[in-house]
Amino acid sequence: MKLVVAIIKPFKLDEVRQALTAIGVHGMTVTEVKGYGRQKGHTEIYRGAEYVVNFLPKLRIEIAVASDLADKAVEVITSSARTGQIGDGKIFVTPIDHALRIRTGETDSDAL
Amino acid sequence: MGALSCRAAKLAAPISLVTIISFAAPAFAGTPEISAADTAWMIVATALVLMMTIPGLALFYSGMVRKKNVLATMAQSLAAVAIISILWVAFGYSLVFVGGGPWIGTLDRWFLAGMTMDSVNPLAKTIPESLFMLYQMTFAIITVALVAGSVADRMRFSAFLLFSIGWFLFVYVPLAHWVWGGGFLGTAGVLDFAGGLVVHLSAGIGGLVAAKVTGRRYGYGTENLSPFDLSLAVMGTGLLWVGWFGFNGGSALGANSRAVMAIAATHLAACAGALTWGAVEWSIQRKPSVLGMISGAVAGLGTITPASGYVAPWHGVLIGVVAGLVCFWACTWLKRRFKYDDSLDVFGVHGIGGMTGILLAGVFATASIGGTSGLVEGNPQLLLIQLYGIAVTLGWSGGGTYVLLKLVSAFVPIRVSQQQELEGLDISQHGEALQ
Repeated sequence: MKLVVAIIKPFKLDEVRQALTAIGVHGMTVTEVKGYGRQKGHTEIYRGAEYVVNFLPKLRIEIAVASDLADKAVEVITSSARTGQIGDGKIFVTPIDHALRIRTGETDSDAL
Repeated sequence: MGALSCRAAKLAAPISLVTIISFAAPAFAGTPEISAADTAWMIVATALVLMMTIPGLALFYSGMVRKKNVLATMAQSLAAVAIISILWVAFGYSLVFVGGGPWIGTLDRWFLAGMTMDSVNPLAKTIPESLFMLYQMTFAIITVALVAGSVADRMRFSAFLLFSIGWFLFVYVPLAHWVWGGGFLGTAGVLDFAGGLVVHLSAGIGGLVAAKVTGRRYGYGTENLSPFDLSLAVMGTGLLWVGWFGFNGGSALGANSRAVMAIAATHLAACAGALTWGAVEWSIQRKPSVLGMISGAVAGLGTITPASGYVAPWHGVLIGVVAGLVCFWACTWLKRRFKYDDSLDVFGVHGIGGMTGILLAGVFATASIGGTSGLVEGNPQLLLIQLYGIAVTLGWSGGGTYVLLKLVSAFVPIRVSQQQELEGLDISQHGEALQ
């Protein structure tokens, strides 16, 4: 099992969700986050007062998938979240030791 | 058709002149006649001006502060309504508008003593005295509420209450009497239709002094102090804008042509101010900000205030453009140059705007509108009189504010503690917070 964590541009969420549903990923956790990478921040001006905003709003999506589906998931997230502009985000994949569905007690791949 | 309308205009001219004269001169003494039309309009105007403070100013101001100070900023407007209304009834009205000489009115009407169903104030003979009292109350309220914007994000609520009571009593009341209640500035011929001196310049310079005395916010110039929700400020601006029709239009004290002329000039000034400020930002900063456009609108409104009722509607456009330019300059260059932290630009918008409006009233005053000629109509004398009014207001309100703040700080610190300021005034002053 793999945990795929992707940081994406907020307006890309729906395309990413549709793409993942299409390959059979039926669950997702989404968090509103702020951060920066190469994109850095931007400048806001209020009545002449300039503020550099370092942290930009992004979405962090987490999906847990069977190991053989991980590469495919990464691929469709990449294609659906890409705009080609700086700030498209990043994807991280880590192994999952154990998984459990609270309601039924099912474990590991049955719980995904 | 053309000839016909031309004749109609000729006929109308002397009639409107007679109307203006009869309104300008308190000619017919004896039994006052209450006008139903005037009364109806002034009731509406009173409600409009009250709406300017709550929720107009409350939204305008709180939209520009940080999220942790939104409720505290609204609380100041709300508290100003509650406190000043009661003080106004207790003795404010009487000291400003009832009898007296060049310096201060009398206490004849304290707690409205002697005010009856039939009584009228000599300054507004066609509406009930109680209505005149209420209308003028709303001006006192918003003036006090305006001042607090310069020290938003850091003034202790108890200090604000004490300061507001003192400021109303020792700054607003005398000044309003001097200009509007038969005092020495009005007698000298100073033109201030709806409060360029009494409301905007006095609040503006008071705000500047308060900002200097209180000191800059923590993180000013280094941290991000950007507004929490400018959409609130946009809504507040809309309410202020509409309310200003009652502020300036109501200052004609009757349902008449002069009121409508004042409203026309007011509206045009707001439009021109918004466009000008936005355009300046567009050329300098490459984007016209929403905050810039609403600031320009309020600057236009504040600046036309003393001139409305004395100038023609199209003067409103010119005055609005000037307001947009000078107030933008004051809120950016001037504020940076002198390094004061006027949080919500009370001085930059209202102080500079009020001052500019007083001067431009002296420039554009049109005899056929308000009975007085300004510079353009060949009366440069008026500009000197207007300057006199500005000097007195700057000295009185600036000095008064300084003394009062020093006095208040003897009882309670003006400013919250550093920890409270960082936590936010909502939680530290009121025990509430936006989630």
